[in-house]
Amino acid sequence: MVVAPPKTKTAKKEAQETSKYVGQSVKRREDPRLLTGRGTFVDDIKMPNMHHAAILRSPRPHARIISIDPSKALAHPGVTTVLTGAEVGDKSLPFPVGVVAPFKYYSAAVDKVRYVGEPVAVVVASDRYVAEDALDLIEVEYDPLPPVVKPEDALDPDAAILHEELGNNIGCHRELDYGDVDGAFAEADLILKERFVFPRYSSLPLETYAVISDHDATTGVVTVRSNFMGPFSMHAVTARALNIDENKLRFIVPSDIGGSFGIKSSIYPYIVLISLAAIKAGRPVKWIEDRQEHLLASSCQTDRVAYREVAVKNDGTLTGIKSKVIENVGAYLRAPEPACTFRPIGNFVGPYKVQNVRIDAYDVMTNKCPTGPNRGYGCQQIYFEQERMMDHIAEELDLDPIEVRRRNLIPAEEIPYTTPMGGIYDSGNYQKGMDLVVEMSQYEKLRQKQEEARKENRLFGIGIATGIDPSVSNMGYITVALPPEVRAKPGYLPKSGSAESATIQMNQRGKVSVSMNTTPQGQGHETVVSQIVADELGIRPEDVVVIDEFDTAKHGWFISSGTYASRFASVGTSAAVLAARKLKKKIIRLASALLLVSEDDLVIEGGTVVSKSDSEKSITVKRVAGTAHWNLELLPDDIEAGLQARAVFRFPSNVAPDSQDRVNSSNTYGFMAEICVVEVDRDSGEVKIIDWFSVHDAGTVINPMLMEGQIYGGALHGIGGALYEELSYDDEGQMLAGNFMQYVCPTSVEAPKLNIGHICSPSPLTPLGSKGAGESSTETAPAAVASAVADALRPLGININELPLNPKKVWTLIHEPQPENN
Amino acid sequence: MKPAKFEYHDPHSIEETLDLLKQYGWDAKILAGGQSLVPTLNFRLASPKVIIDINKVKDLDYVQETDGKLAIGAMTRQTTLELSEMVRSKCGLLSDATELIGHPQTRNRGTVGGSIVHADPTAELTAIALALDAEMVIVSTEGKRTDSADDFFISVMTTNLEPEEMLVEVRFPVLPSRTGWAFEEFALRHGDFAVVGVTTTITLDADEVCTDARLAAIGVDETAFRDSSVEEILKGEKITDLVLQEVGDKLSEKVDPFDDLHASAAQRKHLVGALAKRSLQKAKTMAVHNSKRKK
Repeated sequence: MVVAPPKTKTAKKEAQETSKYVGQSVKRREDPRLLTGRGTFVDDIKMPNMHHAAILRSPRPHARIISIDPSKALAHPGVTTVLTGAEVGDKSLPFPVGVVAPFKYYSAAVDKVRYVGEPVAVVVASDRYVAEDALDLIEVEYDPLPPVVKPEDALDPDAAILHEELGNNIGCHRELDYGDVDGAFAEADLILKERFVFPRYSSLPLETYAVISDHDATTGVVTVRSNFMGPFSMHAVTARALNIDENKLRFIVPSDIGGSFGIKSSIYPYIVLISLAAIKAGRPVKWIEDRQEHLLASSCQTDRVAYREVAVKNDGTLTGIKSKVIENVGAYLRAPEPACTFRPIGNFVGPYKVQNVRIDAYDVMTNKCPTGPNRGYGCQQIYFEQERMMDHIAEELDLDPIEVRRRNLIPAEEIPYTTPMGGIYDSGNYQKGMDLVVEMSQYEKLRQKQEEARKENRLFGIGIATGIDPSVSNMGYITVALPPEVRAKPGYLPKSGSAESATIQMNQRGKVSVSMNTTPQGQGHETVVSQIVADELGIRPEDVVVIDEFDTAKHGWFISSGTYASRFASVGTSAAVLAARKLKKKIIRLASALLLVSEDDLVIEGGTVVSKSDSEKSITVKRVAGTAHWNLELLPDDIEAGLQARAVFRFPSNVAPDSQDRVNSSNTYGFMAEICVVEVDRDSGEVKIIDWFSVHDAGTVINPMLMEGQIYGGALHGIGGALYEELSYDDEGQMLAGNFMQYVCPTSVEAPKLNIGHICSPSPLTPLGSKGAGESSTETAPAAVASAVADALRPLGININELPLNPKKVWTLIHEPQPENN
Repeated sequence: MKPAKFEYHDPHSIEETLDLLKQYGWDAKILAGGQSLVPTLNFRLASPKVIIDINKVKDLDYVQETDGKLAIGAMTRQTTLELSEMVRSKCGLLSDATELIGHPQTRNRGTVGGSIVHADPTAELTAIALALDAEMVIVSTEGKRTDSADDFFISVMTTNLEPEEMLVEVRFPVLPSRTGWAFEEFALRHGDFAVVGVTTTITLDADEVCTDARLAAIGVDETAFRDSSVEEILKGEKITDLVLQEVGDKLSEKVDPFDDLHASAAQRKHLVGALAKRSLQKAKTMAVHNSKRKK
């Protein structure tokens, strides 16, 4: 249910005043083909002479490989070839990564395995069944080594070392200092400190990783069809590992990807592995990751331990934060990691005005699966820690948790606002958002209900969380992982930017097609682009064909291309707007030449270019288009034949980090405020979500139906991490959640009904005023649930500093009180 | 996640099936609804040489009253338990509890016999069979035998079925009048395998004194768990909160459950008592209601 906020001009209403289709819940044009099984996914693609790969994976968390004998597998009927890790070491280079630590990461274990599920060998065979049969025939001898599993254990001087060349398990360590932290703590009325544990979980897209690689031995070109979704900076990483020039690595992404939520950024090691197998096999090779492989060894977010200390004034004002973070990036720190730590650097303080921040960040390597982007990337962890502290402050000072947050919100009049870390919040009104969620939830009544429930000895809790939703990463943020002195070296190439392009063309009869680089994963980009272009050109969405297949050999693209970090609503749409405007300008210019009327005097109305001063002078767009294509004689020399336009959109505020490690890590910054109501069952430990109120400010909403879908998906993803999901490992490094009986993911039945409200603070930086929204509630839902459960359990004197709050954990907290920490 | 190679047979009759079982013995596995076997094959947790698919065998999908019992053919889909009027009128516990078994999609394929034979320690049907003293009708080329649920279930996914034998029918008692029932279960998500579940029936006399009570629990032992000393507490008593508390405590005391990723042994021990109370309370309320209706 969407609650239209009273007294608030909704995004929809605002959009209707200026446009026809932007702001409307236009139905998804992708759905008919997806719902009738006519989508084109990687697995739908069949190449001539294509064979199939299966991957032998390590059953051990940490061991030296003594020997691999593939001879029995090679003798198995139907087997084409076997590629071993040792060959991977010979035929490819280690993946580059943006940290100074000198360790080597290849697409398969070369001489040592470092996590359960790590590729050890690849079998290529006539079909996948035969390939899997042959896996059992490869003989591998291991010499086990002691495992390192938990983040803090990795820092223990006595811990086993994963990468001997490194001498320790620290992939990246940065101490970041903003403002006067020591001053803030010296002057604090109250100092609180807590330890937090955040679990590793994933996204479970319906479609798993998929790669088809084909090597042309004559040209040396490797053509890869995969469901990689950007950032295309990973294309460069892949080419480097394959040791080929970038123009000889062609990435093709079909029109449909069955969900990603970030994790398909990290498919590229498999692109290298399968390409090496294809080169050896001398034929195209397809590999489709199965669900077991996916849970065991796909990408996921880090698990992390964090210590947070806050300096507070007696009135509840937060004046300083000291944060020590130990992120577990798994066996190899793999690009774009350690972005988990730095992606949210600009919005580290959320919507709060605190000026003094110190972050002591470790990215440690352990015998777990390597990590990567997962919806919310880095933000859910920060907001969990931040919002738990807000509740602690409220409790200590006997303030209402809403009130303590209100006292710290950045006032609307100070926006655009630069955070101490350099993030520039482009627009927003956080007080208004907070007011709305309080009003929608009837917060006072909820507190009365809670009082009644407590009288009946029921465990009823109300949770609150706010957050800033960063969208469109500035590619430069990741270089905060490097010390400033490294970035200052001559010869170092600084990094910044987040460009995207779109190409539009009008055919000779005035119909339009648009080509995008945005590798959609189900978000509905074709629908949205058709809405935008229809508005810009004054035509109907059904007259706009949108093609969103991607091909590095055919498209103009950027290292930032793709869809991740909530880019599309900000940057993809903006490129489409600019391309349409460029086309429109060309139509007007051409009409001006044909009508001999100045361009300023011409407008397009209902498919006709007409003079404002003399309505007799007009020409249909169709005729302009026909002329541009068919009758070049009439075209002035300075106008290109045809009607095509390519536009590039980039944000002005994207600069590389400064010497103080300040960086505007994203570009547009949305806001969300959640109120979550739960009841806890004492007997089972189950947390039941009774009600949920979710307020969003994503600037102009282009398609409210799509945004509502994103909010539902995002919230459920966060709820999954808060209550259900965990990629658990035992103390020996064995993965415990390798199937759907053990890895518990909420489904539609578990999804609470959301009461959604919107406020609209259009971004001044994008042509439509839009911002990303797909990660929003993913970032705040875990904090909201934790806040609610802590509130429910407060009468029992229980503190919540660890997720997921599954029944086992909650039951144990209630029935077996024990000292904290694990 | 592709199964290893296997030989496939799809017999059309019970006789044909029994001949194949005799021929292949331990090497063969019967495929009924496939809701457990197919994932097991795909994970290669089992790689039987021979699969005997009995979906084409006629005369195994039925619900009928035989000798005062509700006889259910082994290939009867679980969905039928929910929808059949006969099941509802003769043994309503089966109808009501079936919604706890997986999801509509899995129940459309999953069979009564398949679930019983698979003997998952958290299967709802195993608890109902045990609580109600269901009888298993088992055939082989050597003939037919009947076994009690109590003898049939041995351990985790282990029954006393011999490799050449096949379960063809499960017989449940027709529940007497003045009886109420319930199946209370805690699962992590709707349709998941139970963490712990407790099924109960209560029969009352005209004065609301309990004349018969049955109770079986899942998720606390290697098979469904039933203990007569727990049931005895209820017999001859009016069902008061005090009695329920005693039953819950006794049950918690009797079970010796296990730890796993999703629940601790202590949590299961506590929860089984709590669910027993909830289940009995529901069953009693229904029994009272059903008694009044009979008047």
